[in-house]
Amino acid sequence: MSGSEIVTDVVVIGAGPVGLFAVFELGLLDLKCHLIDILDRPGGQCAELYPEKPIYDIPGFPVITGQGLTDNLMAQIAPFGPQFHFSRMVNSIDKQADGSFKVVTDADEVFLAKVVVIAAGGGSFQPKRPPVDDIARFENKSVFYAVRRMEDFRDQDVVIIGGGDSALDWTLNLQPLARSLTLVHRRDAFRGAPDSVNKMKAMVADGKISLVIGQIAKLEGEGGQIERIHFSTVAGDIDMPATRLLPFFGLTMKLGPVADWGLDLNDNLIAVDTEKFQTSVPGVFAIGDINTYPGKLKLILSGFHEAALMAQAAKKIVAPDERVVFQYTTSSTKLQKKLGVA
Amino acid sequence: MKLSVTDQDGVTHELEGLEGWRAMEVIRDWGLNIKAECGGALSCATCHCYVEGGWFEKVGAPSDEEEAMLDTVGDVRPNSRLSCQILLDEGHDGLELTLARSARKDEMAA
Repeated sequence: MSGSEIVTDVVVIGAGPVGLFAVFELGLLDLKCHLIDILDRPGGQCAELYPEKPIYDIPGFPVITGQGLTDNLMAQIAPFGPQFHFSRMVNSIDKQADGSFKVVTDADEVFLAKVVVIAAGGGSFQPKRPPVDDIARFENKSVFYAVRRMEDFRDQDVVIIGGGDSALDWTLNLQPLARSLTLVHRRDAFRGAPDSVNKMKAMVADGKISLVIGQIAKLEGEGGQIERIHFSTVAGDIDMPATRLLPFFGLTMKLGPVADWGLDLNDNLIAVDTEKFQTSVPGVFAIGDINTYPGKLKLILSGFHEAALMAQAAKKIVAPDERVVFQYTTSSTKLQKKLGVA
Repeated sequence: MKLSVTDQDGVTHELEGLEGWRAMEVIRDWGLNIKAECGGALSCATCHCYVEGGWFEKVGAPSDEEEAMLDTVGDVRPNSRLSCQILLDEGHDGLELTLARSARKDEMAA
């Protein structure tokens, strides 16, 4: 994708519920959106943290799950043809001489947009680090949070930590390549798929892999290359040689590059006004959990309201000479045509 | 109702607890270093704490679902609990908790 610029009205950073609903409000005003999200699917926290959990405070829905809300929003915005760019993190936003914004992702994709809407919730989801000192100096050299190339693990002494599907799947997949493979989990109960658990246990029984019930305590190594890993177990501390470590503790959010975009922040949240939900940089808006203003409540419904007001202001930036007539979807055939129902 | 909460720097805070609140909500409300990113939905483990001073028996062991979430942190001890799953009542007056390293706002993201 690198080298080709994508020109659009609006770039929405974050495809959680609020980012998705922003597409609807912007779409009613004929603004086209590209959405960028670090996850590999829409829904944000609703998809990553609590897809199965019931939410009780969405207006009109006595109860709906995070995934149900995401699915409904995707259906609701489908008429506007939003373009999604998943598994991407926005690294920079730069204002251009003509007033538009250049948005660049970690995959070097370049977007040119008249308006940027930050709907990034708690920031970007990143892998959880094991709580051991100095792990950062080994990361991307011998400690990895994902398997990008299986060849990197061939003939290595691999240690995998975790009890979920990622840990189990990579245990099964890397065992044939690795010189040795040790799976470490804090207890002898795994929440991954039962079939994977059975296959893993069979490998342990056959002596193909080792299973350690314990928690990581310390890393040893030089120049980014781990050499030994220490674990605490109920039977006491143990250590073993290792050249690759794959911790799978799931994801957690961090603000990330947002902090470097030159926006006024207030305790790691983006300060906005409550008329337009615009940041300290005109043309850049922030809606949903990532913004702050007096009286802010971190509720999905607050984000929906913010999206509606933001869209009015965004329209004036994209089409300054066009008179915007406020309309209702119940009565406006123009809006109904855009929604494909008239 | 008082909660005695020791933060990750070893400083102990006396917090006023409220019946019907979750320990996590009190700790967050008082501005201690707790991420609690899922907001109490038992969908992360970033409000992880240790129940101290003999209180673990009274507070009780984690549920299966809570145990599964504790799998996503690397500093679990026998007295680990997620503070969002401790529903406060008058019987918790004097409850002693220590915040886990994995509950820090800035600790876990790579």
